[in-house]
Amino acid sequence: MDWNGCGTNCGVCAKMTSIQHHIPDHLLLAYASGNLSHPLAAVVATHVSMCLECRAALEAHQMIGGELIEASPDVELSRDLKSSVLDLLDLPEAPVPEYSRSGIYPGPVMEALKGRQPSWKKLGAGVRQCILSHGAEGSVRLLQIPPGMAVPDHGHSGLELTLVLQGSFSDETGHFGVGDIEIADDDVEHTPIADPGAACICLAATEAPLRFNAFLPRLLQPIFRI
Amino acid sequence: MGSEPDMEASVETVWMLAVRDRRCRESFGALFDHFAPRLKGFIMRSGTTADQAEEIVQDVMLTVWRKASHFDPHRAQVSAWIYQIARNRHIDIKRKERRPVPEALKEEPNTEPDAGQILALEQETRVLKLAISRLGEDQRDLIEKAYLGELSHAEIQQQTGLPLGTVKSRIRLGLERLRHELRGLR
Ligand SMILES: [Zn+2]
Repeated sequence: MDWNGCGTNCGVCAKMTSIQHHIPDHLLLAYASGNLSHPLAAVVATHVSMCLECRAALEAHQMIGGELIEASPDVELSRDLKSSVLDLLDLPEAPVPEYSRSGIYPGPVMEALKGRQPSWKKLGAGVRQCILSHGAEGSVRLLQIPPGMAVPDHGHSGLELTLVLQGSFSDETGHFGVGDIEIADDDVEHTPIADPGAACICLAATEAPLRFNAFLPRLLQPIFRI
Repeated sequence: MGSEPDMEASVETVWMLAVRDRRCRESFGALFDHFAPRLKGFIMRSGTTADQAEEIVQDVMLTVWRKASHFDPHRAQVSAWIYQIARNRHIDIKRKERRPVPEALKEEPNTEPDAGQILALEQETRVLKLAISRLGEDQRDLIEKAYLGELSHAEIQQQTGLPLGTVKSRIRLGLERLRHELRGLR
């Protein structure tokens, strides 16, 4: 298939061509089927909000899921199920707030922030963080890293996803700009450094339990590698 | 608003547009009769009890009615939309928290349906239906497990032989192109 964007400055095409690092398919399918922990799901939902390519891939998975429903054998329903659904149609429903993008923060981030702007906590050396959620499944947070500083390490156990929302960072594996997602697991030893320019703001998720002190050693030694 | 597109959209799409645009209860009843027993069957494949499955079916069908304005025939078959609602509901119940979902793409609210786009999607669906019908029993079990959320991302990654990869890639490219064309039209 070849086409050169939609021919208008629709923003999506511009973003699409600039995003180089996408969500691998096994994570997209795990997200579509609901088998991704909350922290990882938050990053996937945020990337999909920014990336038409991964949105299409997710929708393709949903289409397969839909056809699997179509191909499922009918199972008889309780006699009153339909009438009880029909009776409920006119009941007013409790409104669920819907969050949309605000500045650099896509809808799923604004939802995690409950519509407010992030409140940053200093981690030292100019690095700040705002924890969006943490629990047994891992954690998801916003990180703000000044140019030349290392992106804090989450402790390296389990999968880590880091999605750039502003600025960029680079490491041994490449350059990551707005919309790019870096996937790291136990095997990958990497040291991402924020590029010169605006502070790099990332959404970072890990499956490992939150360990504050795991951050500190690397943070306290600024790395002058750029 | 929004007359049904004058073409061979699937009957489910036509019902869904009647629900969305005219709040047609008869069409909703038809959708219920079509999808509720299948959805119950699909959910029960994951070992969910009949009672729990019906609870999910009830919630899903109510969401189909209430969130009908979110249905976009250019983007999804009714079945794909229902799959997404059903998975969200299943997880919300299991985890007792709302699952993070992508921001909705903003379409012009009253865009006339584009028959060509909808038909292109129907075409992809036919290819997919055929591919599913040709799966062997083992492959079919595996794919159902994956889409019912019974395989972790690591397990999916290890399953190099997960079927339907080629069909999926084709659909993805089609959907991506459709999205661009739709944006370009505005
Ligand atoms: Zn992507």
